[in-house]
Amino acid sequence: MIAAADYDGLPDSRVVGRHGMFPHTSHDDVARINFLAQLNRHLATQVAPFVKTAWETRARPKTEAAAGRPAKTRHEVRKALLGDPMFNTWSALRRMTMEQRQQAGRWIALREAEALAIQADALTEGDPNLSLDPGLKVPRYISAVDHHCMAGSYHTELFPGDVSAGANYDVGLFITTGGLLGRWSDGGGRAIVDWVKRERPDFRPRKILDIGATLGHNVLPIAAAFPDAQVIAVDVGAPMLRYGLARARALGIDNVRFVQADASHLPQFKDGAFDWVQTTMFLHELSLGSMNAIFAETHRLLRPGGLVLHVEQPQYTPEMPLYEQAMRDWDAYYNNEPFWSTLHEIDLDARFIEAGFSPDKLIHDKVSADARDIFPAAADDEVEDFGRKAAWRLVGAER
Amino acid sequence: MSIALALADAGRKPAGKRPYFLEPDVERVLAITMAAVQELAVARERIDTLERLLESKGILTRGDIESFAPNADEAAERGLWTQEYLARVLRIVQQEGESIAAADKGDLYSEDVAVELGAGAQA
Repeated sequence: MIAAADYDGLPDSRVVGRHGMFPHTSHDDVARINFLAQLNRHLATQVAPFVKTAWETRARPKTEAAAGRPAKTRHEVRKALLGDPMFNTWSALRRMTMEQRQQAGRWIALREAEALAIQADALTEGDPNLSLDPGLKVPRYISAVDHHCMAGSYHTELFPGDVSAGANYDVGLFITTGGLLGRWSDGGGRAIVDWVKRERPDFRPRKILDIGATLGHNVLPIAAAFPDAQVIAVDVGAPMLRYGLARARALGIDNVRFVQADASHLPQFKDGAFDWVQTTMFLHELSLGSMNAIFAETHRLLRPGGLVLHVEQPQYTPEMPLYEQAMRDWDAYYNNEPFWSTLHEIDLDARFIEAGFSPDKLIHDKVSADARDIFPAAADDEVEDFGRKAAWRLVGAER
Repeated sequence: MSIALALADAGRKPAGKRPYFLEPDVERVLAITMAAVQELAVARERIDTLERLLESKGILTRGDIESFAPNADEAAERGLWTQEYLARVLRIVQQEGESIAAADKGDLYSEDVAVELGAGAQA
């Protein structure tokens, strides 16, 4: 027997908020989500440390003996790890949790796909806050491989009005982060609001652009914190946007307009139209070309004095051990995040400057989610899950 | 119909070739095993709910479950179920065992028999 006060493991996933658009989940569905979250946690806390031991005691000495020198790059470390059974066991299990998570979420979302579409329609019919563009060309970086093994990605519609991709995304957020994003899975958005209120107490944004918004889960706290602002949430995926607007309406947040568009080209908005451009865990899903275009478009869209803020996982700096870099690269190679590796090695400051931002107006900081509302132990959470932790770097610029 | 969609599509392959970290045969069996492990956790959570609800409604206590001891007939029924269960789960081991002796008796592949019959062998 254990008392809740003595338990510092993951909460039951029923702590996730049930808004009016949330799919129905059976007892078995919830149990599956609980299990997969615990499995991820187990792999991070109980198995990944053995991978480090295997690297230090087996794989590193072996590769150093073969090459006659220490590994020089994270790629050499990763290739050496691929020869180690412990890395391969951890990797096989980690890949399976991603696949099982997708199947579990899709089972929930597809089983009632038609009912969910009707529900979304009832919440958003004729809603001026939804602008879809059926002719939008889905960028290659979205269509080539399905990010994090999410079959059909953000954009695939199974039938007109489909929202199942959004529903699947929403029900599964708990699994990879184990509740660290809080009751409404909005920890990233709340973290950035806290930063802005603390660091820019006089900032009064009236027009805010959120790019790569998916469900809008991270933009809703921003919209709630600045209720007089007009917020535009852009994404390429229509199922996400339909679901996102219905979700926002169900949660009583009415100042967000969901717009289907490719953010590398937003001619519908004038130069200097926005006070704030935000992305949250978005940059790593792009391509280099599209990222440069989005940075340039961001510069065009911001008014002088406006802010662009990107919440991301940390860059690979010379101070970060090559082993950690190789482990963080796992998602790039084995979880369909092809740009992850490149993004984290490039000089982002140079990209901002190239896009027109001033070198002395760049922003670097750290932010993290506060999930104590549902996960009291989260405040002391030190578990490193190589790219999944709800603590991020903030990179940005003032126009 | 959505349930048909869910059955057909919930486990659909994502775009992008799948990496393998172990021998493909081993990784396949591990993936099936992990799915079974997941479903055991799902069933276990359901049983846990059932026990708690029965207890909260005063139908039994969980102490009753812990202290339950089957009588001889009940034990026989359960023992038989376990035997049947193991026989089902370990069917391939049984059949591989039987094949050792069968090979000595001239057990053939069906395709070899097809060749033999096709060659005009008389029964």
